[in-house]
Amino acid sequence: MTAAASSFRFSSRRDRKRLATGLLFISPWILGFIVFRVYPFLASLYYSFTFYPVLRSPRWLGWDNYVNLFDDPRFLTSLWNSTYYALGAVPLGTLFGILLAMLLNMRVRGLSAFRTIFFLPSITPIVAAAIVWLWMFNPRSGVVNYLLSFVGINGPAWLGDPQWAKAALILMSVWSVGNAVVIYLAALQDVPRELLEASSLDGANTIQKIWNITLPMISPVILFNVIVGLIAAFQFFTQVHVMTDGRGSPADSTLMMSIYLYQSAFEFFKMGYASAQAWILFLIIVVFTMVLFRVSGRLVYYGGR
Amino acid sequence: MTTSLDTPRDQPAVSTGEQRLLRPLGETSKYLVLVLFSAFFLIPLVWMVSTSLKNAEELPLYPPIWIPDPIRWDNYVTAFVEGSLGGYLWNTVVVTVPSVIGAVLSNSLIAYGFARVQWPGRDYVFAVVLATMILPDFVTFIPLYLIFRDLNWLNTYYPLILPIFLGSPFFIFLLRQFLMALPAELTDAARVDGASELLIFLRIVIPLATPALAVVALFQFIGSWNDYFGPLIYLSDVDKYTISLGIANMESAYGFSNFAWIMAATCMSILPIILLFFFAQRTFIEGIALTGLKG
Repeated sequence: MTAAASSFRFSSRRDRKRLATGLLFISPWILGFIVFRVYPFLASLYYSFTFYPVLRSPRWLGWDNYVNLFDDPRFLTSLWNSTYYALGAVPLGTLFGILLAMLLNMRVRGLSAFRTIFFLPSITPIVAAAIVWLWMFNPRSGVVNYLLSFVGINGPAWLGDPQWAKAALILMSVWSVGNAVVIYLAALQDVPRELLEASSLDGANTIQKIWNITLPMISPVILFNVIVGLIAAFQFFTQVHVMTDGRGSPADSTLMMSIYLYQSAFEFFKMGYASAQAWILFLIIVVFTMVLFRVSGRLVYYGGR
Repeated sequence: MTTSLDTPRDQPAVSTGEQRLLRPLGETSKYLVLVLFSAFFLIPLVWMVSTSLKNAEELPLYPPIWIPDPIRWDNYVTAFVEGSLGGYLWNTVVVTVPSVIGAVLSNSLIAYGFARVQWPGRDYVFAVVLATMILPDFVTFIPLYLIFRDLNWLNTYYPLILPIFLGSPFFIFLLRQFLMALPAELTDAARVDGASELLIFLRIVIPLATPALAVVALFQFIGSWNDYFGPLIYLSDVDKYTISLGIANMESAYGFSNFAWIMAATCMSILPIILLFFFAQRTFIEGIALTGLKG
C-alpha cells in the first residue's frame, strides 16, 4: 500500500523527469491505445445501440439490435456453431498438445525432427491450409475418405454435409496443435526431476506421477493455453471464409459468429447490428475467461506464489 | 520354509521379467504414436506438393495419385502467368517489410519504457497493456474501418502497416520480460556516466536484446505474410491483393480443373515461411516457448 502510494507522489524533480522519459518511450503505445483501442471500443459500443447503414449517419435505437439478435435464427445458429466449435477444438487441442509433448519429453530419438514435423502446420499460412484441407475433404476423390477406407470406414461428405461440416473443421484444428506442443514441451522440461525421482522411490507409477506431479506443475501453462485457445476459437474466421466462400455453408452449419458478423457489416452493411454481434462475442469471451480463472483457482498450482 | 523364503526373491524376478517384456512394448508404442501423428501432420503438406505437380486429368482420380506422371513443373509457371502470383507476392513484401521494421522499432521502445525506466504509475499502465490483449479484433474493426474510410485510406496498405508502428501488447509483453531480466548494473553504470536514456537504449540495451527482437521480427513477418482478415476488409482491387487473399481468390475464381496450378501457387506462398523456419528454427522454438511460459 505504502509503496504504491509513494510511487504516485511526485516527490522530486527526478521522479518527474523519469515520468517524462517513461511516457516518451511508451508514447507510440499511448497513441495506439487511444486511437486503435479505446476509441473503437467505445464507438463500437455506441454503434451497437444504433441503426447504422454504412453510408448514412447512425440513428439511436436503444436495445433494439440486441433484442432482434435473439429473435434472429441465423444469429442463434452462429452462437451454437461457435460454441460447438470452441468446445470441440479447445479440449481436443489441449489433450493432444499435452499428450504429444509428454511423448517428446520421454527421451525420444529424433526429437528435433519430430518437433519440426509437428510444428510445420502451425506456420503454414491459414489460407493455404484451408485450400489443401478443402481438397482433402472432397467426398469423392479426397485423401481423408481414401485413408478412412483402409480401416473400413465409408467416410461422410464432410464439408458437404451439415452434420459433419463442423467435425471437419475441428479435425482440421488439431492439425495445427504443434504450437501448443512446443509450449507444453518447454513447460515439461522445467518440471524438477528431483520431484519425479523422489516419487519413483516412493513407489509411484507413471500414471500417478503424471496426475500428481507433472500436470499440477504445468497447470499454469495449461490454463494460459486454454484461455488463448478459447479466445481464438470464438474468433475462428479465416478457414470458414475461405472454405465456404464466406457463406458458412452448407445450410449455415459452419456459420460462425465471426462469419455472420462479417456478413452483417460488409454484405448487408448493417454496422449497428454487426456491432451488437461483436459486443455479444466480446461478452462471451470475457465470461468464459472469468469462469476459467474462477474454476481453475483451485486446480492451478502456482509454485507457492 | 524354503518356499516362503523363495517368494520374496521370486517376486522382483517376475516383475523385472515383466518390465523386460513391457519396456520394448512401451518404447514401440511410443514411436508408433509419434509416427502416426507425424503422418497426420505431413500428409496434407505432401498432398499439396503432389497436387501442385499434377496434370488436370489426374486431379479427380480415385484412388488418389501421389506421384504424378509426368511431373508438371510448368504448373509453377502457370501460377505466375495465369494467377498473377508475382504481383501478389510483391504486394505482400511491400506490406510485410515495413510491418516488421515497425514492430521492432515501436515495441522495443515501448518495452524499454516499461522495463528499464522507473516512473510512477508504470506498473498500473502495464496492467492496462495486458488487459487490452483480451479485446477481440472483431469488437474494434468496424470503427477502425470507418476511421480509415474517412481518411480515404481504403484500398491502400496504410491500414495494414501504420497500426503496427504503434506497438502490440503481445510483443510489448514479450520484450519487457526479456529486458527486465537484463542485469541493472548494465545500465546503471552508463547512467552514472551521464548517458541519456535514448543512448543507453540504442547502445547498450538493443544489442543485448537482439535474440528477443529476432523473435518479434519473425512473428511479425509470419503475421503479416499470413494475414487474411486485414487485406480482406481493406483491399478491394485485385491488383493490390496480398498473397493470402490472392490465393483464396484464385480458389474461388478458377474451378476444380485449375487446382493443380492453384496448389503450385499455394506452395509458393508457403515457401518463404518454410525457408525462414529452417534458417531460424531455434529462434522460433525459443520464441514460442517464451510466449507460453511467462504467461
